[in-house]
Amino acid sequence: MQNRLTYLRDVTTLKFDENLCTGCGMCLEVCPHEVLVRNNGKVSIRELDDCMECGACQMNCPAEAIHVEVGVGCAAAVINSLLGRESACCCTIESPDGKSDGKATGCC
Amino acid sequence: MRDYLARWNWQRMDHRLDPGLYALGNPDEQSPVLVSANYVMSFNRLREKLAGRSLWLLVLDTDGINVWCAAGKGTFGTDELVARIEETGLKDIVSHRRLVLPQLGAPGVAAHEVKKRSGFTVSYGPIRAGDIQDYLDSGRVATPQMRRITFRLRERIVLIPVELVAALKVTLVVAGVALLVSGLAGPEGFVANLAHYGIPAVSVLLVALLAGTVMGPILLPYLPGRAFSLKGATTGLTISLIPLWIYGNPLSGWPDLLGALSAITVITALTSYLTMNFTGTTTFTSLSGVKKEMKWALPLQIGGGLIGAGLWLTSILLR
Repeated sequence: MQNRLTYLRDVTTLKFDENLCTGCGMCLEVCPHEVLVRNNGKVSIRELDDCMECGACQMNCPAEAIHVEVGVGCAAAVINSLLGRESACCCTIESPDGKSDGKATGCC
Repeated sequence: MRDYLARWNWQRMDHRLDPGLYALGNPDEQSPVLVSANYVMSFNRLREKLAGRSLWLLVLDTDGINVWCAAGKGTFGTDELVARIEETGLKDIVSHRRLVLPQLGAPGVAAHEVKKRSGFTVSYGPIRAGDIQDYLDSGRVATPQMRRITFRLRERIVLIPVELVAALKVTLVVAGVALLVSGLAGPEGFVANLAHYGIPAVSVLLVALLAGTVMGPILLPYLPGRAFSLKGATTGLTISLIPLWIYGNPLSGWPDLLGALSAITVITALTSYLTMNFTGTTTFTSLSGVKKEMKWALPLQIGGGLIGAGLWLTSILLR
C-alpha cells in the first residue's frame, strides 16, 4: 500500500496534448510514477496527481506534446530562493539555463 | 565506510570521482555502455551490483552529485553526455551505438537530441542499480516495477542522518541563544537559571528536532494529511502533549502555564517546519505542491516559533 505515496491534489502543471502525440512511448519509459499510460495504442494521462514535475517526459518527447513547469519539490529550495541564495547545491531553484557553481553545502 | 560517513553528511559533497570511461571486468567492443554520475556512492553501488559482468561505464561530470539531482540541474544532461562521448573517443572503443542511461537521468537528457548529435541511441535502464543485471539479461526490457520509484521504510531511514545533521547545526545555535537568555533573564544565579530554565528549553528544541527529522520520515505514510507541514504539525502537537498527559496537572501559576504553552507551540511549529523540509528528499513531491503548502504553512510556522519564544521569555521573566 505504501509503495504509491501521493502528494497534494490538483497542483501539477503537467499538460499533455494528445493531438501532437506520435505514440512513441518515451514518456512512458522515463516517468518514475506511471503518470501516463498507453491504452489501445494511444497515450493518455493515468493519474495527474502522481506527477512530481521532474520534466523527464517533456525533455524526452520528440513531438513536444508535453508541457510541464519543471521544478524540484523541495521546501529548502523555495526558502533559499526567497532568501536570494543561489548556490546551495540542489536546494535552489534555478532558471532553466542558469548555472550554479556546484560547490557549497546542500541537500542532495 | 566512506559511503557510511557520507550518509552522515561527512564530506558528502566531496565524494566524487574523475569523469571518463571506466572498464568493469574485461569489456570489448561489443560490451554494453552504461552511463552514470561521478558521485562515488552511485559508482560503488554500480560496481557492487554489476560484479562479474564486463561492460563500459561512462561517468559524466556532475560535480559529484547523484544522477537524479544532477539531471534536475542539467549537469547530468544532453550537452555533458555528448561532450563526454567525444572526449573519451567512445566511437572508436565500441562498435555498437547504444547507451544505457539510468531512468532517473531522463529529466536532464533528451534521448532524441543525443541520437541526433552523437549517433548513439539512448535506452533508459531501470531506476535501481540492483535491477540492471536483469534488465541487460532480458534484452534491455524494463518491467513496470523497475520503472517505478518507491519510498519504502528502509529507503526513508537511510536519509535520516543527513536530515538530522543538517538540522542539528541550526538547532544548536538556537539552543545556545536560549541557554544564554535563560541564564541572564531568570530569577536565580546564572548556573541555577541554566539548570532550571535553560535545559528544559533545550530539551524542547531537541524533541522537535527528533520529531521532525526522525519520526517524520519514519511515519511519513501514516501521518494524516497530504501536506508535509500538516503531517509535521500533528506529530509535534501529539509529542508535546505527552508530558502533560503523563504528569497529570503539574501546572501551578502563570509561569508554568505559559511555559507549557510555549513548549507546545514551539514543538508543533518546529516539527512542522522540519517535516516540511523533508519534501526535498522524498521521491514524490512537486514544486507546485511545495509552494502551495508553504504559502500558508511558513507564516504559521514562523508565527508559532516567535509566539512560542515570546511565551517562554515571558514565563521566565514572571518568575
